[in-house]
Amino acid sequence: MASVAATHAEHPVGLKRWLFTTNHKDIGTMYLVFSLLMFFVAGSFAMLIRAELFSPGMQIMKPYFFNQLITMHGLVMIFGAIMPGFVGFANWLIPMMIGAPDMALPRLNNWSFWILPFAFTLMLSSFFMPGGAPATGWTMYAPLSIQAGVGMDCVIFAIHMLGISSVLGAINIIVTILNMRAPGMTLMKMPMFVWTWLITAFLLVAVMPVLAGTVTMVLMDRHFGTHFFSAAGGGDPVLYQHLFWFFGHPEVYIMILPAFGIISQIIPTFSRKPLFGYESMVFATASIAFLSFIVWGHHMFTVGMPAPAEMFFMYSTMLIAVPTGVKVFNWVATMWRGSLSFETPMLFAIGFLVMFTIGGLSGLMLAIVPADFQYHNTYFVVAHFHYVLFAGAAMAMMGGSYYWLPKWTGHMYSETVGKWHFWLTTIFFNLTFFPMHFLGLAGMPRRIPDYALQFTDLNRVSSIGAFGLGLSQLLWVYVVYQTVKGGKKATDRVWEGAEGLEWTLSSPPPYHSFATAPTVK
Amino acid sequence: MSLSFKNNRLSGPLILSVTRFAAAVAMLFGAGSASARIRWNFQTPVTPIAHQIYHLQNIMFGVCVVIFVIVFGVMFYSIFAHRKSKGHKPATFHQSTTIEVLWTIVPFLILVAVAVPATATLVRMENTSDSALTVRITGYQWKWQYSYPGQGISFFSDLSTPVAQIENQEPKNKHYLLQVDHPLVLPVGEKIRFQITAADVIHSWWVPSFGVKTDAIPGFINQSWTKIEVPGTYRGQCTELCGMGHAFMPIVVKAVSQKDFQKWVTAQKALMVASAGGVATTAGSVATAATWTKAQLLSHGKTVFVNNCAVCHQVTGLGIPGTFPPLSAGRTFSAAPAMLQQLRTRGFLTSSGHVVMGPVKNHLRIVLGGIPGTPMPSFSGQLSNADIASVVTYERNSFGNHTGDIIQPSEVAALR
Repeated sequence: MASVAATHAEHPVGLKRWLFTTNHKDIGTMYLVFSLLMFFVAGSFAMLIRAELFSPGMQIMKPYFFNQLITMHGLVMIFGAIMPGFVGFANWLIPMMIGAPDMALPRLNNWSFWILPFAFTLMLSSFFMPGGAPATGWTMYAPLSIQAGVGMDCVIFAIHMLGISSVLGAINIIVTILNMRAPGMTLMKMPMFVWTWLITAFLLVAVMPVLAGTVTMVLMDRHFGTHFFSAAGGGDPVLYQHLFWFFGHPEVYIMILPAFGIISQIIPTFSRKPLFGYESMVFATASIAFLSFIVWGHHMFTVGMPAPAEMFFMYSTMLIAVPTGVKVFNWVATMWRGSLSFETPMLFAIGFLVMFTIGGLSGLMLAIVPADFQYHNTYFVVAHFHYVLFAGAAMAMMGGSYYWLPKWTGHMYSETVGKWHFWLTTIFFNLTFFPMHFLGLAGMPRRIPDYALQFTDLNRVSSIGAFGLGLSQLLWVYVVYQTVKGGKKATDRVWEGAEGLEWTLSSPPPYHSFATAPTVK
Repeated sequence: MSLSFKNNRLSGPLILSVTRFAAAVAMLFGAGSASARIRWNFQTPVTPIAHQIYHLQNIMFGVCVVIFVIVFGVMFYSIFAHRKSKGHKPATFHQSTTIEVLWTIVPFLILVAVAVPATATLVRMENTSDSALTVRITGYQWKWQYSYPGQGISFFSDLSTPVAQIENQEPKNKHYLLQVDHPLVLPVGEKIRFQITAADVIHSWWVPSFGVKTDAIPGFINQSWTKIEVPGTYRGQCTELCGMGHAFMPIVVKAVSQKDFQKWVTAQKALMVASAGGVATTAGSVATAATWTKAQLLSHGKTVFVNNCAVCHQVTGLGIPGTFPPLSAGRTFSAAPAMLQQLRTRGFLTSSGHVVMGPVKNHLRIVLGGIPGTPMPSFSGQLSNADIASVVTYERNSFGNHTGDIIQPSEVAALR
């Protein structure tokens, strides 16, 4: 974004600009670029996993290395690609959407970002430690994580750093939204994206410390002779799972609520019609966030919980379907009798809607405890959470990037390449993950490097889909690169149906968004 | 595969057409796996609970398909009819209390309707009382131990697929990765209670046809039950990531008539008496009193090594750098300082970081008791004296080691 830099002489250039910047746009850009980089790092692990699973038998790696790959694929995608990606969107958009000049705590903002490269250097360096990266899965269940090599300690400290980064970022977002809105912008006039991030930020502040505490207990068990999770010393291995999932379930919503926000911005624009049921959208988001704290047990129905606890977690989990359903119905109602057009962001939003709902419905199936005993830890679960995290979170970010890229860069992207990116992603995504539902039903456990012969055919389909899905993402990088470099000049409003303060600024917007606050009626 | 659709009234035709399409796609890729057939739903249920779960799954699937078709029927109609390119002018409505209340309450009622049968099944699943037989299942890295406390029988069940098949040097047989040396034998028509636990990390015992999946957790004894309706062989796998051998600890259950089960119990008891210390070994009924020749020790030792040690230390004995030390003298090994210290104090690592063959007694003690704080487990409960004597003899005379040591089962017995 050299053109942005050229128009403002008052800030440093070159490396110093990025190291010392306190500007929300520069920091947003760094978050987004970092997230894209991590998306490819973790994606390349997925390619290796699918290559090994192309045929039964061990082909290109040892089981131990396979387990390291699945662990790091999960950790890097979640903490490196999805979470920083959404923080990037928040940085770029929240000040522009609420009519503020910048984030409330700009220097903190700089620090939140710059922790990340160090944290991930530490996390990825675990591959080169004696014993390699943790081979425990991203859930790091004790006592398996107590057995692991030094790589586990690298990951534990990296998680501490990421936790600090996330909590600081979240505090910054809360403070910005609550204090820096333009005159007249009441809470119930905020764009949905701002609302979803406000709620997400509270979730982050609530649960990241729980994860930090939990991995610290693992660290203590590993090196300082405690027995929090070791039954032989009077500890409780199941306690780890309760703590982890008390973090883990809100974490799932941390990764999906901002996606809801992005979709709620895109669909009204291309339907040329206001969002249906704004108030119910806000309340649905808040209810989902509240419920996320009381459903963690559904990740561990098979640990031997008493029946009343299983019933409680079953009912509370099923309840989530109600506000989630409300959101999906509202989006469809927004499109209903609109004046629809199908530019790339809208395609991604519709793709999100259909495929996220598939993931939501399989989630409802997983909530049914007796049936969960069959689905649990099979490929059915792998299919389910990729439908919500890839088709949900990642595709929402893809759609969001096409939607705001003209605003951010001042250039229109290539609609042709964008559409190719959408269709290839959608086709290959389904080719990769739809067969996994059937593999899971038929009895293939997840996290295995080798499988019985009856699973061969569907695994082949899945692997071919995965390679296609991975390659298709290069188109995204290409189109982003092209748009940043140049292209047709974008208008200020960019889209015919776009509503909101960010579209009143020039494209690209000035270095400091709103030097004087606009008034919202 | 069409068998699995017998109960699926709601969605049968839809899935069948998907089935045909997917089967056609699969044929394109199926060159190497002509014997394998694709299954699109749960494995055939053979217990009352598994039938109920199958039924629940089909109800849920049907409900989900109906909701999906309605919601996206509306959406795709809108995409078709309300396009800007067709000149459709946008409406301006953005709320409707009636419809919003309606689509909050209707899904809630649907949920209540499916929660009722789910709760009923759950209550039945949790009732482990009035069982005729108790089986205790213990998960180890990476094998299962089955005990029948009432019958005094106990044995280990190990993967029996040869390493050569896993490493693609031999063609894979029909039950690749789903076969064991000693299957769990159960009678049909009786309520059987499982008590499930683990010795090291968390495992999970799953037989899909029974609808039983229960985590095996160290320090806990989880209970579940089953009542098998049809004799046959049923296969499952460990479903909780438990380390590098996670994919290689299958479950095989042979369900037999009650008469055959009694016969099997009698035969097993005789075997238990014959084998040493009441531990039925991976070698079956090997006597321990006799003196063994070096050749016997080496050949039996190799089998024991491949079944118990090779997952970590590798068939080549070269281990894995950083975690699992090589067993070959002269090789270097570096890992966490605590682990290196454990090896040094036992005399198996020089100060320069090279592996050496330490004293025989320490070697035997490591195998018997494990090394606390490292992944090396205790084998005293899993292997007989003869097994341990053989495997230690094998290790000290293979992988480039030439100590010439010959260890007799009596020496192991003396250290127990």
